[in-house]
Amino acid sequence: MSTEHRHSIPPLGPTRGRRIKGLSMPSEKAKNFKGTLIRLLGYLRPYRFWLLVVLAAAVGGAVFNIISPKILGEATTIIFEGVMNKLRGVPGAGIDFERIASILLLLVMLYILSAVFTYLEHYIMAGVAQKTVYNLREEVSAKLSRLPLKYFDSHGHGEILSRVTNDIDLIGTTLQQSLMLLITSLVTVSGILVMMLTISPWMTVIALVTLPLSYVVTVKIAAYAQKNFAAQQKELGRLNSYIEETYSGHMIVKAFGNEEKAIRRFNMINEKLYESSWRAQFISSIIMPLIGIINNFGYVLVCIVGSILVAQGRIPIGNLQAFIQYSKQLTHPIVNFASIANIIQSTIAAAERVFELLDEAEEIPDSAEALSAFSPRGDVRFNNVRFGYSEEKIIINKMNIDVKAGQTVAIVGPTGAGKTTLVNLLMRFYEVNDGKITIDGLDIRDIRRGTLRSVFGMVLQDTWLFKGTIKDNIAYGRIGASEDEIVSAAKAAYADRFIRTLPDGYDTVLNEEASNISQGQKQLLTIARAILADPAILILDEATSSVDTRTELLIQRAMADLMKSRTSFVIAHRLSTIHNADKILVMNEGEVVEKGTHSQLLAMEGFYKELYESQFAEKPSFKAG
Amino acid sequence: MKLFRYLKPFRLPICATLILVMIRALADLYLPTLSADMVNVGIVNRDIQYIWHVGIRMLVFAAAGASAFILSGYLSSRTAAGFARLLREKVFSRVESFSLHEFNRFGTASLINRTTNDITQLQNVLLFGMRMIVMAPMLSIGSLFLAFSIEPVLARTFVAVIPVLFAIIFITMRKGVPLFQAMQVKLDNLNLIMRERLTGIRVVRAFNRDDYEKQRFQDANRDYTATAIRVNRIMGAMMPLMALVMNLTIVGIVWFAGIRIDLGFTDVGNLMAFIQYAMHIMFSFVAISRIFAAIPRATASAARVNEILDTAVEIRDPENAKKTKGKGGSVEFRDVTFSYPGAEHSALSGISFMARPGKVTGIIGSTGSGKSTLASLILRFYDVDSGSILVDGVDVREMTQESLRSKIGFVPQNAVLFSGSVLENIRFGREDAEEKDIVRAAETAQAASFILDMKEGFSSMIAQGGRNISGGQKQRISIARAIVRRAKIYIFDDCFSALDYKTEARLRSALFKETKDSTVIIISQRVSTVKEADQIIVLEEGKIAGIGTHEELLNDCAIYREIVSSQFSEEGIA
Repeated sequence: MSTEHRHSIPPLGPTRGRRIKGLSMPSEKAKNFKGTLIRLLGYLRPYRFWLLVVLAAAVGGAVFNIISPKILGEATTIIFEGVMNKLRGVPGAGIDFERIASILLLLVMLYILSAVFTYLEHYIMAGVAQKTVYNLREEVSAKLSRLPLKYFDSHGHGEILSRVTNDIDLIGTTLQQSLMLLITSLVTVSGILVMMLTISPWMTVIALVTLPLSYVVTVKIAAYAQKNFAAQQKELGRLNSYIEETYSGHMIVKAFGNEEKAIRRFNMINEKLYESSWRAQFISSIIMPLIGIINNFGYVLVCIVGSILVAQGRIPIGNLQAFIQYSKQLTHPIVNFASIANIIQSTIAAAERVFELLDEAEEIPDSAEALSAFSPRGDVRFNNVRFGYSEEKIIINKMNIDVKAGQTVAIVGPTGAGKTTLVNLLMRFYEVNDGKITIDGLDIRDIRRGTLRSVFGMVLQDTWLFKGTIKDNIAYGRIGASEDEIVSAAKAAYADRFIRTLPDGYDTVLNEEASNISQGQKQLLTIARAILADPAILILDEATSSVDTRTELLIQRAMADLMKSRTSFVIAHRLSTIHNADKILVMNEGEVVEKGTHSQLLAMEGFYKELYESQFAEKPSFKAG
Repeated sequence: MKLFRYLKPFRLPICATLILVMIRALADLYLPTLSADMVNVGIVNRDIQYIWHVGIRMLVFAAAGASAFILSGYLSSRTAAGFARLLREKVFSRVESFSLHEFNRFGTASLINRTTNDITQLQNVLLFGMRMIVMAPMLSIGSLFLAFSIEPVLARTFVAVIPVLFAIIFITMRKGVPLFQAMQVKLDNLNLIMRERLTGIRVVRAFNRDDYEKQRFQDANRDYTATAIRVNRIMGAMMPLMALVMNLTIVGIVWFAGIRIDLGFTDVGNLMAFIQYAMHIMFSFVAISRIFAAIPRATASAARVNEILDTAVEIRDPENAKKTKGKGGSVEFRDVTFSYPGAEHSALSGISFMARPGKVTGIIGSTGSGKSTLASLILRFYDVDSGSILVDGVDVREMTQESLRSKIGFVPQNAVLFSGSVLENIRFGREDAEEKDIVRAAETAQAASFILDMKEGFSSMIAQGGRNISGGQKQRISIARAIVRRAKIYIFDDCFSALDYKTEARLRSALFKETKDSTVIIISQRVSTVKEADQIIVLEEGKIAGIGTHEELLNDCAIYREIVSSQFSEEGIA
């Protein structure tokens, strides 16, 4: 995921050479624009008072901006008339400084007010926008903890993450910048038009002749530029995935001496990116000068017509000056509209995605009577359990298992046989369709989920560690664990030795991908974490390739200690585990196909026997054949 | 900003752009002067002819300015994109030359970021800079110059105001930029917490830590929001303040101009021109402030990119590379000791052994015992700390990496494939491999049957990271890739783990026929895989715990016995 594009420079107001921001965004359309917009506005409701203030400030700031050129123009007129009268030799003529002084004083006040209002607008909007997205984020965060695991299993992490981060960020930026810009632009355009009309309808017509032209040019070029930006994005995507792939396979590229080949291919993609990139930049850069030409054309026309009108004495010179300022101010809002429309569309599409997440079906809440404290012996029963990830495909039918406290259940089957299904059911990550699972005779649905899960200790193959110290990662197993407890858990998991070889020992910070320790070491840490949690029932995923035999031997000893007084469900890969198990569940393609003890199952001469012989019997040696 | 050296090839377009921008600035500046003339001469004298005349001149200048603008846009776009292309090329080829040591020092994710995002960032800054860095000072200096030439006394107002504008920019930047950077870090942190929560959802739920994660997220969220509000409030002050200063300046100009006009020192047209100059100056200052805002980030990006370009590659080819004489491909370790940079314990110490052509050497040991490290050293991904590794009797440091690695067919622990067809993936092992060689290699690796079952056979596409095929299939293609190389030395690093029993048996017997004359080194955790090797090396915590055949080691290596007994618990040992 690219995060860089959000690191934009804070906008500091209009400049002459600026690029039009909304263009480089992919334009997306929301499915339900109106509904989403209304719902998004709902999030602004708590701030409606402040929003009104913002609106008032925006209108105020813009209005003051709009009338000040006219007032300034009056001062110019007074000066000009004074001078002209003097030239004509009117007796006692001169510049009326008293009137000028009062006009200028008024202007000073207006300017100060305008600045205060503009700042007020920014100030309040910063709070409103950021708090709104803060709330939205919190809502999503709370929602995530109520969503069933099914949601996470059926949606990619990248997709969910993008809704929570990029989409919400976009909403924030739009609220912060584009919304205000939209309001100000609207007020400014209408205000300026009014002022221009009051000065001279004729000149306004002339000034407006160029306006549709500017708009058409902006929209046309913007559309073309956007197509090029999309092409640039595509090439950039290709380049990024090529880089990612090549860097990830660095060792292989080097081992086979293919560096030159990699560089050649890279250069090809790089070249294409260059082509599309400069084109996109160039096309978007010509909007401003083209608009500039059109504007200057209008400007010259206004000057000429205005000068003629002034010369004929039909309008005062100050008004010409004001008019020129107005016609210049009109350009920016017009160009802004084109990009804001685009930004708002993307924002609504983003909001729609966030709302989709917020509308997902939630987990059934724990009932009020559900147990919140539970320390079982560890009898586990599956009673006529029926389950399928979808109603059409039931994979467990009428399953009955009776596990006594302290027993070990081995779960075996080929890779991908759906062994995690049992974990999902035991921990109540998924609900059974029919029947029930009990612990010490108690239906697990009558226990609060949190309480139920604290009964289990889980060590899965896909280790999960977060960015933080090793100590913190182990301590995740139990809130408030002391340092000694952490170290002894690490020792029990045979992780202590390797931890101490790391530069900062227990305080070593695992990086984002936890790539500074090996896969086997990661697994040791998660084992230490489970040991620290000290659960009544264990769910273990026996290591295969990542932890080797000798380390595993050590782990198995620790596990054996741990399993002694506990009920254990072991996803087994080791012969010894199977032999020592009290029960074996054989799974294939998601279904429990056989169950029994090792000897019972062998006697069945079925799937288990075949599996056992291929997976666990000794492999032929290297020189066989 | 050492990266400036890479701007050298773009000297011409950059100079041309700057000149064009200058022309544009001059045109922009000249327009107010012309309109002042229009008022001073045209309106005052009611000379409509003159007004038209000046108007047309104005249009010509406007058109010239716009053409310069468009042309400069073209040149700057090409230059910035070209600069980015050049940088990417340099960075990429430098990274390709990195040994694993340098590579891992940065980390894959960081290197990707530097090659893509950081360079894109630099491209944007260069583009913006070329367009604005000249324009802004030109406009303000030009405005000042013209103001002084028209009315030196009034122009002094600007001299008083400009330091104030600078002060405003300086103060907001000083407060805002560090906060802005802090905000970025906090946003990244927020996203990281969310990503971890999503990827670890099962663990979070299993340990009943939903509330903790929610709290962790909320803390980060709150922290970020507070900073974001502060940044926006500080940055939001700059524009209104600058506008206010400029507007007040205009008021001052009108007042003093009035007095001076009354005294007959100047005229109304000049007053109007002055007001436009004031606006030019303000616009340029806004632009300057944007440049200042971009600089800290650009510097950070440049530093990150530079770090790659400045990293000396430690493993280099010797100047007088020796050629190996032997054809066999023997591998000899002589008292090799190696530790990873910064590590407390050495990964390998005092390793000596000899692997001969036509013989199979098995290496077995626990995680972290140094098995894969040993393989990396043969390939010279790292240089040894002491001792030496000889291939065909020549120290690996005395031959070129290319000639060394061309002798070796390496199959790594993780089967890394690239997006592209199956054929291309296998051909990665030897570029001039013919199709029949590739098919044969695939047959040996027991990959041919499943490849032919795929829709387009050998032309079937493999998705990025090989997501569309199973782990066992990836391993077999990875093995075929090594076989097609017809290497003198084969290194199999624990690469049969995902294969089922029958396939592995067939694969090994087929493989053995192909590798009869080569030196074969098999790294494994399974006794069964190495059991019949000509020699087995048992590694324990980076040291050799025993060398010998299976039977020899059973007799005199306790660690080997321990491994064996854990794997063959009841079936009997021999």
